[in-house]
Amino acid sequence: MHSFGGAVAATLPASHYNGNQMERSGPVSRPPAHRRAAPWADSVFSFFAHAAAILTLALLAGIILSLVIGAMPSIREYGLSFLWRSDWDPVKNSYGGLVMIYGTLMTSFIALAIAVPVSFGIALFLTELSPKWLKRPLGIAVELLAAVPSIVYGMWGLLVFGPILATYVQAPLQSLLAGVPFLGGLVTGPPVGIGILSAGIILAIMVIPFIASVMRDVFEITPQALKESAYSLGSTTWEVVYKVVLPYTKTGVIGGIMLGLGRALGETMAVTFVIGNTNQLNSLSVFEAANSISSALANEFAEAGQGLHQASLIYLGLVLFFITFVVLSLSKVLLSRLKMNEGGRT
Amino acid sequence: MNSSLSRSLACASALGLFASASFAQDATGAGATFPAPLYAKWADAYNKAVGLKMNYQSVGSGAGLNQIRAKTVDFGASDMPLKDDALAKDGLVQFPTVIGGVVPVVNINGVSPGQMKLTGQVLGDIFLGKIAKWNDPALTALNPGVPLPDAAISVVRRADGSGTSFIFTNYLSKKNPEWQAKVGEGTAVNWPTGAGGKGNEGVAAFVGRLPNSIGYVEYAYVKQNKMTYTLLQNKDGNFVTPFFNNFKAAAAGADWSKTFYQVLTEQPGKDSWPLTGATFIMMHKTQEKPASAASALKFFDWAFVSGDKMAEELEYVPLPDSVKALVRKQWSEIKDESGKPVAFK
Repeated sequence: MHSFGGAVAATLPASHYNGNQMERSGPVSRPPAHRRAAPWADSVFSFFAHAAAILTLALLAGIILSLVIGAMPSIREYGLSFLWRSDWDPVKNSYGGLVMIYGTLMTSFIALAIAVPVSFGIALFLTELSPKWLKRPLGIAVELLAAVPSIVYGMWGLLVFGPILATYVQAPLQSLLAGVPFLGGLVTGPPVGIGILSAGIILAIMVIPFIASVMRDVFEITPQALKESAYSLGSTTWEVVYKVVLPYTKTGVIGGIMLGLGRALGETMAVTFVIGNTNQLNSLSVFEAANSISSALANEFAEAGQGLHQASLIYLGLVLFFITFVVLSLSKVLLSRLKMNEGGRT
Repeated sequence: MNSSLSRSLACASALGLFASASFAQDATGAGATFPAPLYAKWADAYNKAVGLKMNYQSVGSGAGLNQIRAKTVDFGASDMPLKDDALAKDGLVQFPTVIGGVVPVVNINGVSPGQMKLTGQVLGDIFLGKIAKWNDPALTALNPGVPLPDAAISVVRRADGSGTSFIFTNYLSKKNPEWQAKVGEGTAVNWPTGAGGKGNEGVAAFVGRLPNSIGYVEYAYVKQNKMTYTLLQNKDGNFVTPFFNNFKAAAAGADWSKTFYQVLTEQPGKDSWPLTGATFIMMHKTQEKPASAASALKFFDWAFVSGDKMAEELEYVPLPDSVKALVRKQWSEIKDESGKPVAFK
């Protein structure tokens, strides 16, 4: 509070005070002339605002440009076939990104498949069902989860969660699904608690707080009148949520999910610890060790010599950039579609 | 306002010039992470003893080589030596500083450290995925009386590019023809099987946690984590223990006199540990700034004289005196632009 007051005083021009004191003796007729004491202030401010905006754009363009330039040797060598080549062999100097791209997409997909329903449950409970005394502590707990550094999740996933997953989830699942055509294939491999599934679950835990807190915030802005009207017509809680709250807040809900997806796609440290870092795609099993783009970059970049290896890693970075960009654009398109439909209905 | 600003700027830059001129004695280097703890310790002791500084950034061998090629540092450090023609191409010289051992570690219930014997051929087959069970005939034949379970082998290796992996894959390439044909050697290779841990500590954690697993780590991690190491058959046919003196024996067995491109794996000698490797320093042959090259050489000169005990405390093996003498001879090849050897004493 105190510092705020100080800041305001500091931003007022010093001449303001002096002028006032000098004019106090005279008639209080016209407004003090210093109102436009600094006619250049507006243009300076506008210049800085423009500069800040342009700087952002320039940074973005600069990053894309440097990625493209850095990846050039690899782009020239492989072109788009980099996206579906699956070998990654620094010794033979032959590179393809399919394994990492698959790993990134698959772990993020698993993460969302778990995180979205759970976050929805958390947000629903907090806004509609929770007793008042539980609301604040639970809400704070969810937000605190977001503050845990990702490397802590990684270590916890490797040392604590991995063994639990191996013994109580993977082994039973394998014996249950052994021999079942498609599903059996998804759970083959050594049950060691590392791999795509572990990475997906750790990512889910990491993105739940983001999605849940956004969902809770948007659920809370649903007008009480709408909900009460629905209740008064005899709706159950579920019907109110499904037919009133969700349609009213879908923009925010999708925004929250995309925020979570963005984080899941780019997460590095936690994934590196539990994904197993293996560049191969022998089976589609979710227990198999795999690799993700960000994890491959973190592991290999420091030791990659100049040449095709480094260029291919940068190419991978460019691909990740592109995936994130596409996800964001798709969500924008989705949102604008939803808005158009809304217009059509009213 | 403006003039005072420019005046103070000029003043600052003058100070900066002065500072860079008088403190040019600081040596800077960048590269491998494996010797980084030792270089940091040496730098600290060097600063206390001599009053000069050495700044080392442990950014990884590849990045270190890039930096020395770009001449942003006085020396680069790498766990993988450069071949002579690669050195000549960039006008670099290289010399070893310390030696380390890489050790296969296992986690099998009932098997104690040093109980299990392995050969390079068998180790290669395990890491190729060809030997997939612990009670494979190849393993039981080597290890009569060792309680090897009927369980799948979980292979653990490094996920990040690393000098440790280079030493390990170089050894497997020498001993296992199929490994050489399919995988080859390098700081990062296309591993046929297994899960990757990040760093030595990541591999150590994996092996410690996964039953029936096998991995490889630097010797220091074996000692710190009390891991179950295995014996390896060396070139003379003996099964040797991963032990300090056996790493030293491997370094002594190598012929350093012609070239410093020495990968110390599979060296002759009855005690030589076959998975041994040195870590290297790369410097430019012709120095544009002889003063800073001199300070780097001064640092290593001091470390060779006074740093052996510190190295041993951190589980690194100091170079044998005969190799140190060769390195010193090499230093006289580092010259300034007029062709005079850089004086550092």
